[in-house]
Order: sequence, then C-alpha cells, then structure tokens
Amino acid sequence: MATVIDFFTRTRGKNRLHMTDFLTYLYLAAGTLLMFGPIVWLVMSSFKDRAELVRFPPRFLPYHQETVTLPDYKDPLPLFRVTLDDGSVRTLAQVRRVGIEAQMIDPQNPEGEVVRVNINQREPVESIYFSFENYTRGVTRFNFWTYLWNSVIVTVAATILTLLVNSMAAFALSKYEFRGRDAIFVLTVSTLMVPISVILIPVFLVITEIGWTNTLIGVIVPGAATPTGVFLLRQYMLTIPDELIDSARIDGASEWRIYLQIILPLARPALAVLTIFSVMWRWNDFLWPLIVLTRSELFTLQVGLNSFQGDLQTQWDLVLAMTVLTLLPITLVFAVLQRYITTGIATTGMK
Amino acid sequence: MTRTGRLLRRRADHLLTGFFNGLVSLVDAIMHPLQNWVGVRGMAYIFVLPNLLIFGVFILFPMLLNFYYAFTGGTNLFPDQRPFVGMDNLTRLFECGDFLVPNSCREDLFWRAAANTFVFVILQVTVLVFIALVTALILNRNIIGRGFFRSVFFYPVLLSPVVVALIWRWILQQDGLLNALIMALGGERVAFLTSAQWAQFWVIVISVWAQMGFYTLILLAGLQAIPAELYEAAAMDGAGNWQSFWSITLPLLMPTMLVVLVLSMIRAVQVFDQVFAFTGGGPGTATLYMVQYVYVTGFANQTKEYGMAAAASLVMALVLLLLTVGQLRLGRTSGIS
Repeated sequence: MATVIDFFTRTRGKNRLHMTDFLTYLYLAAGTLLMFGPIVWLVMSSFKDRAELVRFPPRFLPYHQETVTLPDYKDPLPLFRVTLDDGSVRTLAQVRRVGIEAQMIDPQNPEGEVVRVNINQREPVESIYFSFENYTRGVTRFNFWTYLWNSVIVTVAATILTLLVNSMAAFALSKYEFRGRDAIFVLTVSTLMVPISVILIPVFLVITEIGWTNTLIGVIVPGAATPTGVFLLRQYMLTIPDELIDSARIDGASEWRIYLQIILPLARPALAVLTIFSVMWRWNDFLWPLIVLTRSELFTLQVGLNSFQGDLQTQWDLVLAMTVLTLLPITLVFAVLQRYITTGIATTGMK
Repeated sequence: MTRTGRLLRRRADHLLTGFFNGLVSLVDAIMHPLQNWVGVRGMAYIFVLPNLLIFGVFILFPMLLNFYYAFTGGTNLFPDQRPFVGMDNLTRLFECGDFLVPNSCREDLFWRAAANTFVFVILQVTVLVFIALVTALILNRNIIGRGFFRSVFFYPVLLSPVVVALIWRWILQQDGLLNALIMALGGERVAFLTSAQWAQFWVIVISVWAQMGFYTLILLAGLQAIPAELYEAAAMDGAGNWQSFWSITLPLLMPTMLVVLVLSMIRAVQVFDQVFAFTGGGPGTATLYMVQYVYVTGFANQTKEYGMAAAASLVMALVLLLLTVGQLRLGRTSGIS
C-alpha cells in the first residue's frame, strides 16, 4: 500500500508536492481533454437520432424520446410527462399539437377523453438510446463497403510495393559499389522535399498517357518510390556488417538470396517504421486520389467521405456515423501498435 | 488452452517460414541465371531499377515537364498540342499594380492565396513549434504514465484531414458544442464558420491540433538524447532550473528544432486538404491557400488552365526551395547542424 501511495505521489521535490508538478499534471489533463474531447464528442454525437442532433444546447449522452404505438393511430405517439392544472403529474401520449396547445390521451385508456394542455406544461419522457440506425442507414447510403475495400486495396498494395522497391534500391545503394550510385542517391534525397502538390499537373498527364485515370493502380504506383523510404532503409542497412554478405557469397548464395534471407530480416525494424508511415500516408491520402478518381465506385474512404459531406450538407446523422467508421481502422491499429509507432517515429524523425 | 494456442502459433510460424523459404527458392531459381548473365555488379542495377523507374516516371520527369507546362498555354493537357507562350503565364501571374493589394493584380486569386499562405505559415508554425516544445518539455519530466500521454498527444496525427475537418465543423457549427459552452457561460453565439477572421483562426487551431503530436515526439526524442550528467554538473555548480534550460536544454535541442522548423514550414506552405474539407477555401477567399489555387486552376475549374497552375506551382516550389536552403544555411552559420 505504501508503495502505491509513494508511486502516485512521486514528485520532484523531496517530500512535498512541488508547484511545478501541479502545473505539469494540470497541463496534461487539459491536453488530454483537448485532444480526446473532440473525438469523444464525435462518437457520442454519431449515436444521436436526428431530433437529438438539432437540439440546442446539446447534451453529452444520446437521448431519445419514448413513444407508444396505439391501435387507432398509424404513427407511434410521443410520450410526455404532463403537469395538470390540479398539480398532479401524468404520463400522456400526444396526438397532435396546435399552436401552443397539445392534445393528449392516456395510453392506458386510448378511448378516454382528450386532454388539452399548454405545451409548457409537458416534458418529454426520454431514455438513453444509441441510434445504431445512423450506422446501418449510412453504410447503405454511403457505399461504405465499396470505399473501404478500395481504401484497403490501395493501402495494402501501395505499402507492399513501397517496401519492395524501396528496400531493393536501399540494398543496392548501401551494399554495392557501382557507377552512378552516388548520383542516384543524391537525386533521390534532393527530392525528399518535393511534395506531389508541386508537380500535380505533369504527374496527372503521365497517368493519363498510361491510361491509369480512374483506376486504383493510378493511385497506388506514383507514390511508391518514396525518397523517405529509400533514405531511411539505406541508413539502416549501412549498419548491417558486410562480412555477413561476404560469407554468404562464399557459401554460394545468390544476390537475391542475400537480399531476401539476410538483408530483409535484419532490416526489420526499419521496415516496420516504413510500413507504419506508408499505411498512414496511404490510408489518409486525399489530394491525389481526388484527382485520379472521378467515378464514385472507385473512391477511397477519404474522397468518398468528403463528397458525402458535400452532398448531404445537413444530414449530420449519417455523416458523423461515417466519420467514426472512417477513423476506426487506423485507431485500432494505433491502439495495438502505439508503442512501436511512437518510438519508431521519434527515432527516425520523418513523416 | 494456452498450450494449444502456443502449438497453433508455432504451426502457423512454421507454415509461414516454409512459405517464405519456398518463395525465396522460387525467386532464386528465376534470378540465378540472370545473375550469371549480368554478374554480381550488374545485380546492383537490377535492384535499383524498379524504384528508379517509378521515381523517374512519376517524380523526376514530371518535375522537368512542369517547367514546360509553365511556359505553354491553352487548355489541352497533352504537351505536343500546347502552344508555346514563353513567359506569358509568369508575367500574367506577376502583373500587379501593388503586390500588397491582391485586388490590383490580374490574377488576384493567386495573390490572395499567396498572402493567406504567408500569414498562415508565420502564425501556424510559431504556435505549432511553441506548443510542441512546451508539451515535449512536460513529457520529458519525471511523470507517471508518460507513454500514455505521449500517445494521447500523438493520436490526432493519425487522423485523416477529412476526418479532422468534419470533427471540427461539427463542434464549431452554429448549434455546435462550442457555441453551447459559450452561451452557457453567458456569451453570445459566434458564427465561427461564416466569419472570415474566425475561419482563419480555426484553420490554424485545427492544423496545430492535428499536427503537434508529431513534432512533440521528435522534440521529445531530442530532449532525451541530452545526457543527464550535464544537468547534474550544472546543478552541482549551482545553476537553477531556468539557467540550465537556457544554457543546456535550448542550445543542445537546436538541431532538432531546426528539423522541426524545416518540416513544419514545408508542410504549412502546402496546406490544402484539411482546409479544403473544412471551409472549402471560404468564406469567400478567406482560407484560400496556394495549393488550392493550383488545384482549382488546373483541375476544378471549367476551363482547365494547366499552364497557369504549373506556373503557380513553380513559384511555390521556388518558395519551398528558398525556405529550406535558407533555414539550413541559418542553421549552419550558427553552427547547429
């Protein structure tokens, strides 16, 4: 017990809680609220039905007004808690509302007389209710599975391609002496800072000439030769001792065998970092797929989500649910791999 | 249960290894004759070829082609059908009564975008680097749950620009959470998304929110690389906290700071997707930035003026180059990199 208390009161000062400790934790608490708050709010909102979404001021939990279905009425009737003139409180169903007057009946006795009350005398009967309909309706309206499938294909294929071509190039650049090696390396590194936004038009032309507009391959291939990846892997492979390669050659291994069975396994940490980057880049990529893809059945999640919010400016119930579904996969990956991701990025310092 | 689990896992490992070894042998069988033909030296070219091909076709060649586009006119995408117009695009871009007044320019949208981008870069980078530094310093202290908090600040980095934009539009809309909080505290409702100043303000806040975790991580790594003995020695010599911050932490963190500055500035100049999904460049042209100008001129407009868009991106590339070189030189002359 004492150690637990010790642990939680571990401070800078010898014994007492130092002022800076207090400020530190205050900052961290505020930061956590600012970073997670918007996402928590998004998730809670995505479960609200349309009436609850337009409610102002909004509430944190998703509520939903209870209704009752009566034999004589086609639509379910909303339930209210009504304070009558004599001071008694009854739960009544509203049949219709005319101006400031509401006509209510007793759901237990639907044949009974209609009670007319001022709308200020009634309070809706509510319960917490997670509206999964937002998700089920959104998924059909939004073509979610198509977009998800496209996004997964792009991310997986692009990442495999990137890892393959980058690691091959990095192997050649780090372990061989050949003419033009330094030129290739310098050329690669000097384009580290060239963003695709600067060469948008000519890349689009190349894609058009090859006939890759409106194809997923047109989204996948152009970004595969990442200078970042080549640089990262080359720096790492330089630390692999040459003696390993020499002795493999003496044993009669071919260059391909050396690459596949010695270099790749040893470069696993760097490959892992590049995998994380590539997945992040490709999953979230927006501008390039936006330009290459104009047919909506080829949209990735990001492009689809953006056009969805434009089409349905006011249908927040569906848009919010789809936003949650779009951020879910990458969040799950992060939850599982967060330690590797944060340390990986911290040690390489690139994005 | 655990034993069967372990057994299953071992079998899966075994299968995977077997599959990989089979693949290696297969590739080897195909590649061995190739190696006999080109020799060990020649294999290097084979290894570098795929990457070089993609790099050449989709990065290097387009970079050169961009120059050609910038000096040709018309609305045809194919270079052989584009008339050569020399400096026309660039002079049109720079035809200005007064460079500080976008309205006096022929391409007023470009100058508005340039002015917006300039203000955005200055403010965003300053705020971003400052907050990232403070957060990194705090995370570097002896705190409970450092790993957790590190992840908390990093998480928004993973979110896509479209998702970030939607989250914040939902919070900032007329009847959104923020207005509810303001009114609960007795304030007036604010039209955050339809006022030019507020939109510009929130674009900065949101991009800082979404990016700071990344730079915090880099700065934290830089802080942890500073040897603890230095602080111990300084404390022995009677230096206070502030003193050791100014004379140990800051100078030794400078190389990392330089990396953070270069990276964040380059990203700030290219600001596009988040804002595009958040405000669409509006209200009016309040949050129109350079990349969006290129996108609109070259792709979204009815008449696709590829030449103008290429000329504008050329100007942008030049700005990026100057920024990078300038900062690196600054770093070198002050002896930090």
